[in-house]
Amino acid sequence: MADPMKIRAQMKGDVAEVRVLMAHAMETGQRKDNAGNLVPAHFIQQVTVEVGGKLVIQGQTGTSVSRNPVFAFKVKGAKAGDKVVVNWVDNKGDKRTDEAAIAA
Amino acid sequence: MDTMRRQLLKGAGATGALAAALAAGLLKPTQVLASEWNRTAFEAKESPAVLKALGASGSSDSKDLQLKAPEIAENGAVVPVEVISNIPNTISIAVLVDKNPFPLSAAFDFANGAVPEISVRLKLGQTSVVKAVAKTADGKFYTAQKEVKVTVGGCGG
Amino acid sequence: MRIALILAVATATAAALPIPGWAQAKAAARKPPPPAAAPKAEEKDAATLEFEKFRAEMEDSNPAELFEAKGEELWKARRGPRNVSLAESCDLGLGVGVVKGAYVQTPRHYPDAGAVMDAERRIVWCMVEKQGFNFDDIAKRPFASDTHTPDITSLVTYVAAQSKNMKLAVPLDDPKVREAYEIGKEIAAYRAGPYDFSCNTCHGADGKRIRMQALPNISTPQGALRGVQGWPGYRMTGGVMLTHQWRMGDCFRQQRFPQPKYASDAVAYLLTYLIGTANGLEYKGPGIKR
Repeated sequence: MADPMKIRAQMKGDVAEVRVLMAHAMETGQRKDNAGNLVPAHFIQQVTVEVGGKLVIQGQTGTSVSRNPVFAFKVKGAKAGDKVVVNWVDNKGDKRTDEAAIAA
Repeated sequence: MDTMRRQLLKGAGATGALAAALAAGLLKPTQVLASEWNRTAFEAKESPAVLKALGASGSSDSKDLQLKAPEIAENGAVVPVEVISNIPNTISIAVLVDKNPFPLSAAFDFANGAVPEISVRLKLGQTSVVKAVAKTADGKFYTAQKEVKVTVGGCGG
Repeated sequence: MRIALILAVATATAAALPIPGWAQAKAAARKPPPPAAAPKAEEKDAATLEFEKFRAEMEDSNPAELFEAKGEELWKARRGPRNVSLAESCDLGLGVGVVKGAYVQTPRHYPDAGAVMDAERRIVWCMVEKQGFNFDDIAKRPFASDTHTPDITSLVTYVAAQSKNMKLAVPLDDPKVREAYEIGKEIAAYRAGPYDFSCNTCHGADGKRIRMQALPNISTPQGALRGVQGWPGYRMTGGVMLTHQWRMGDCFRQQRFPQPKYASDAVAYLLTYLIGTANGLEYKGPGIKR
């Protein structure tokens, strides 16, 4: 199973700043390993962010996103204590869901 | 993911604004399923083909779309890119790396208070123009671009 | 005496190194350390300035945190043949289970092990002596690769993160640690191998570079700090988490030396010299490296 994400969510004025670190190899499918074999593509394709029960961001990603991806978003209308739920699904169907509360 | 799918579908049914926003975005709402990842756009090998797949061929440059990226990347494997849209009613932002084998790097739809800003880190195989594409609720597309130089580095600090 | 030394160093810098690196290192080492002074001879070019603009953001959102979280889990979990946790059995020098501030006070001398150990070596010692793991198993693949991050790397990252924003305080007044420092200094100056290199060839004088990168002079407190700061570090190349032990080994590899043994005296001593030279300066926790 995939390792947990690290979600930091914090109010800055009336905007919630959400930063997500994901543990993922993000293999492009173009890289060769030490033995000279092509490492198969393995990368996150879908990302969703929900704040306070509402879907706020829906994203799709390709192989150009760096290994162990980092994303940052901003959401208006959220408040401290609201739950942030982040989801990802990769091209092999592996998935991960993590959540955090927005800090004041 | 099942929960998300249900929630999205429910949300789309329940709130007209969300449904409209997502339907008008770069991603079709049904594409929340992994199997419906926008293959045509992500597997396009040239930026014009990506733009075409996103329906953004007729885009124009806008000063209100900011693209922040280094002039010279410290390491092409991790290039920080931030896109901020000050264009009213921006509902989607996509990021492209022209010279990568598959230029489309990421695309995001915003709804329910999400600010049209996105910060990502991208791989650049070589010096390349990085492009941001923003879509507004009325179906117009705007672009911004910046060249990022990728150099060979030293011994790793 | 003091004026003469400062003059000597200034001349050496101005004359672009007519004297060997080790001689200058000696002179600088004798000079009283000016902790907050900016490195004089390091000129920042456009590229360096451009990198720095994005540094704060990169460091603020550092994938190292993923490894830190994993390390915390490992530190607290009952593991190994003896099914004990490091939290309930491992003394990093400040008492059993005390992690806060431990990293910046290593290397130190551990009487129970009869050796001077850096943090990584000490955690390995605890894994072997307390949890019952086999040293050779750990030493077989001690560092991260693109497909595997060893537990020890995550553990070190966790422990290091608990010393964030603390001052480096290697206990150099302990005679055993002082001795290790002196040997480490010798190791840094030891020239050999096909290139007749030492650590100091690249890192013993101001103003040296490799390709785009300015190289720190580890004989000065600020220069040594640059060799300490950011380790353990998330390395952008390959996207792997690597420790200070790895970094020392890699320096030897680049000198075309045989690499020192994992968790050995040699690495612990070299780290004692490097970190001890930066004593009193602030450590910022696990970092991000190019």
